[in-house]
Amino acid sequence: MFSVFEYILIAVYVAVLLIVSRWMGLQAFSWMPPQATAEAQRVDDLFSFLVSIGAFILLGLIGVMVYAIAFHRAPPEDYTEGHPSRGDARLEILWTATPTLLVVWIALQSFNIYQQLNILGLNQIVHLHTPQQEAGGKGAGGRGNALFQMPLFESAPAVAATVSDAPKPASETIDVFVKQWDWSFRYPNNVTSNQLHLPINRSTRLNLQAQDVIHGFYVPEFRLKQDIIPGRKIDIVLTPIRPGKYRLKDSQFSGTYFSLMETDVYVESLAQYNQWLTQTTSSEQTPINQAVAENIQPPKTLFNSGWYTVTPAQPGIANKRKLNNDT
Amino acid sequence: MTHDFSQEMIEDRESQNQQGNTWREYFSFNTDHKVIGIQYMVMTFIFFLIGGLLAMLIRAELLTPESNLVDRPLYNGLFTMHGTIMIFLWIIPFNAGLSNYLVPLMIGARDMAFPLLNAISFWILPPAGLLLLSSFFLPNGTAQSGWWSYPPISLQVPGDQFINGEFIWIVSLVLIGISSIMGAVNFVTTIFWMRAPGMTFFRMPVFVWSVFSAQLLQLINLPALTAALILLLLDLSFGTQFFKPDENGDPIIYQHLFWFYSHPAVYIMALPAFGIFAEVLPAFSRNPLFGYRSVAIATLGIAAISIFVWVHHMFTSATPGWMRMTFMATSMLVAIPTGIKAFAWTATIWRSKLHLETPMLFAMGGAAMFIFGGVTGVMLAATPFDIHVNNTYFVVGHFHYIVFNTITMAIFAAIYYWFPKITGRMYAEGWGKLHFWLTFIPANITFFSMHPLGLQGMLRRVSSYDPQYQGWNIIASLGSFLLGASTLPFIANIVGSWLYGPKAVDNPWHATGLEWTTSSPPPRDNFEEIPIVTRPPYDYGNPKYSVIVNSDNSE
Repeated sequence: MFSVFEYILIAVYVAVLLIVSRWMGLQAFSWMPPQATAEAQRVDDLFSFLVSIGAFILLGLIGVMVYAIAFHRAPPEDYTEGHPSRGDARLEILWTATPTLLVVWIALQSFNIYQQLNILGLNQIVHLHTPQQEAGGKGAGGRGNALFQMPLFESAPAVAATVSDAPKPASETIDVFVKQWDWSFRYPNNVTSNQLHLPINRSTRLNLQAQDVIHGFYVPEFRLKQDIIPGRKIDIVLTPIRPGKYRLKDSQFSGTYFSLMETDVYVESLAQYNQWLTQTTSSEQTPINQAVAENIQPPKTLFNSGWYTVTPAQPGIANKRKLNNDT
Repeated sequence: MTHDFSQEMIEDRESQNQQGNTWREYFSFNTDHKVIGIQYMVMTFIFFLIGGLLAMLIRAELLTPESNLVDRPLYNGLFTMHGTIMIFLWIIPFNAGLSNYLVPLMIGARDMAFPLLNAISFWILPPAGLLLLSSFFLPNGTAQSGWWSYPPISLQVPGDQFINGEFIWIVSLVLIGISSIMGAVNFVTTIFWMRAPGMTFFRMPVFVWSVFSAQLLQLINLPALTAALILLLLDLSFGTQFFKPDENGDPIIYQHLFWFYSHPAVYIMALPAFGIFAEVLPAFSRNPLFGYRSVAIATLGIAAISIFVWVHHMFTSATPGWMRMTFMATSMLVAIPTGIKAFAWTATIWRSKLHLETPMLFAMGGAAMFIFGGVTGVMLAATPFDIHVNNTYFVVGHFHYIVFNTITMAIFAAIYYWFPKITGRMYAEGWGKLHFWLTFIPANITFFSMHPLGLQGMLRRVSSYDPQYQGWNIIASLGSFLLGASTLPFIANIVGSWLYGPKAVDNPWHATGLEWTTSSPPPRDNFEEIPIVTRPPYDYGNPKYSVIVNSDNSE
């Protein structure tokens, strides 16, 4: 298959590739937003590792193609065969084993990092706060959720058994309430606000609860994302390590004003955090909700369809959700 | 096997053998697999143009951070319809059309196993497609909940209208699904029972293997989507509570049912594209497909693994840790058979005699970009990283690298490669090369730009965004407008060559494969007499293909 010269060429090319892909892996850190949580550092390490491997494979194969285009062109009208080899068992075993080992390596790395992430996925003790459920009724959804608690799933694969879904300790718990299209947060001293304030270097648990449709909790600098599903209480625990102001976004498509469902996140020292908590009262004027504002006064667009939209709920948890004439 | 061949149809076929195809043939209930294949391909290309226009509107809106071109409900309708049209009315049915044309020719059959069923499965599509498009004219517009149509958001429709965009969307998709299942039954049966003497499984071209695998996936997984859509329809219009969380339903069950089909759907789209690469690359590199047998088995392997990876779309849903880890592992496995294929393509090109005609350019470009899309795919399978980029433009970029830069490029390669066989005429090579460069460069500009946006946290489906994202968005939008313009030389070339192009010879590429042994275009019954297969596929190096009999390539 190969001549001596080609073997040397391949060896040199592989060496260059190793250097280039390692360099790209190091560059990968700068492609990400700032690291504002301990979890973010782990995720970026993994991304750097993936970029290195990916660059090696990509440049390796594309290099071969470019080489072939440069040196293996046939004169027109020459339809003879390039080489008579129809396959090579050793080569095929090699290129089956290589991706196998690579993905095992990637999977183990990802698994380790996932364990370090300290993310609480789904809190297994799901509270369905629906009238029927409390009355002991069993609807389709009751069965659906029981599905997740069936003994069948308690004997999860051994390898995954080490991934714990048990509630993790956290120093602070904040309730997060979402609805179309409004974020509100209830702090331990019962203060509610539209801003999320987090003390730095302490683990905070967020109890996520949605009222109407599926939303998602996402701050790019935190590298954390969790869908918020109506009818379930889902917790995530995070530890911010970088003071500053961030934007919290809705990561699961939630309808007309989905793009406007953003709010501010402040990571500050414990003293500042406590000061903010004592100074803020629930009756404080919240900033006007963007979705409500736009629903009342739509911006001028070139094309106006006038199609149906859900009327945004008035902000604030104290307000009862206004019933739309369509629900 | 041929139990739906009535006496009438046999007479009908004989009369068709005498006369050529007129344009009226294509608007009739014709049972010839070649006519049906062309019907599919032409119709889906029209939908491709519509879907592309919607995409350009989306990108025009995203030129600026504010929402100023279309209002938000319309924007949501645009991306919903763009996704639905491109997947269900372009790639999947186009592949069905191409497979329809080629599979009987490649395995040496006179027609598909069930010609009448074949015609029915095509003729379901135009009404379903028109029904879907008609929802643009409803007072409250099209479905607005994305092509996933997750409840509860998809159930939020104006309560006083029974016929609404979402209702039409579901009905249309169920119809398209019925058509696909009919087609799948037909393909699997045809490939299993209608092969010519000597055409063993390991003498079949890889394209036939890939169609076989893809259609098996349709049979196994599509019923899950149909079931989910029917339950969604009941929830939407008939007051049931399967997916309504405030009435004890569970929206997550829908996500499982939906992705149980819609992940394999990506492979239903991609496998035929890999099959096209496996046909085109050997023909223009004059080498046998390297490691043919392992590539054929890898095709089935991809199909088998892809059934067990659907939860990787739900890593940020209410998915417990053990499930995240299990599906991370299965998703990673996909890299092994796809890796085998990519290496085999590369080895086929190695030390070959390359002829860089248009089909080869598209095939090599598509294969190269598939490697990029595959690398980002493995990244997305890694749960901790996926939690950061899930639902961002990184995913959109990866997905479009697969569906446009790989699959649509492969489709263009196929159109150019089999154009002389299908039409009996030759396309204009210069225009074809122009089309390639106008596609390849803008496609990379457009879809590469989406990766940095996603890493920085720009979410998909937003109609307005933070100003910090504008730079890459402008680049992506300009690329997409160029991409839209690139279809113009293609249409001009194809229409002009089909009508006035120079007559093509039977085998202009000196390619192996039974479809090149018959005339261009093939007669009604495909072959003068059914060929007997004695040689392995990709028999390049056989003097029959390397010694030029007719060197007139009409160029």
